Amino acid sequence: MNLKIEDNGGVVLLVVKEERLDAHNSDYLKQELGRLFEEGKTKIVVDLKEVRFIDSSGLGALVSGFKNASSRQAALKLSSLQSQVKSMFELTRLHRVFDIYTTVDEAIEAF
Amino acid sequence: MKKNQIELQIRVPNQTRYLSLIGRLSEELAAQLQNHADDQDALANQINVVLTEALVNAIRHANANDPDEMVEIKISIADKELLLQVFDHGKGFDLDSASDTSLDTDDELEDHGRGLYIMRSLMDSVSYYPVKGGNVLEMRKKFQ
Repeated sequence: MNLKIEDNGGVVLLVVKEERLDAHNSDYLKQELGRLFEEGKTKIVVDLKEVRFIDSSGLGALVSGFKNASSRQAALKLSSLQSQVKSMFELTRLHRVFDIYTTVDEAIEAF
Repeated sequence: MKKNQIELQIRVPNQTRYLSLIGRLSEELAAQLQNHADDQDALANQINVVLTEALVNAIRHANANDPDEMVEIKISIADKELLLQVFDHGKGFDLDSASDTSLDTDDELEDHGRGLYIMRSLMDSVSYYPVKGGNVLEMRKKFQ
């Protein structure tokens, strides 16, 4: 899986550079989020701008990251959801769980 | 085969790397359903999602992640109905006792269990039953 990870003034920006976030690649995202929290990072933005498709495994990886953050008093925010991805969050009601922002800048500024 | 029916059968190894190929093909096929949806892109995405979920069930649960197994997908589009079938060769699983996140507050943050909920939400019917040499997960959606 292709991820771009950069530090943005204390906020870790993780850009998913894939068109699909599904059962084939979502475990890697879950592990990377786990690794970042293990390293002591407390502010993470996952940018989904390039993701056109997400399945239940992709949602599960993000939920895992959210729970991992909550248990460590850290925070995970999402940004730039495409319309079909947003629909999946709404169908599963996860849009009520995550802090979702229109742009990366808004997500970073929200910390 | 009914008049004007499109039927596509695909056979791929029991590996998640083929999910995107099947997803792309199903979206292309959805483009043929021009008179069946107000939002063509949404319908294409829904077909992609439910086929992905059904395939992952077959690969991981029914066929127990055996990379040497095969899964077959059959997509049939008739005038008033879309039929999606995913065939496995494993021991199968009980669909009714399979984890199905009901989205109650307690379940909302489970990592797993959304696949069946998604299939049931987006299709009119979802069933799973034995056939010769394995099982089939069958999903139907009727058009107006």
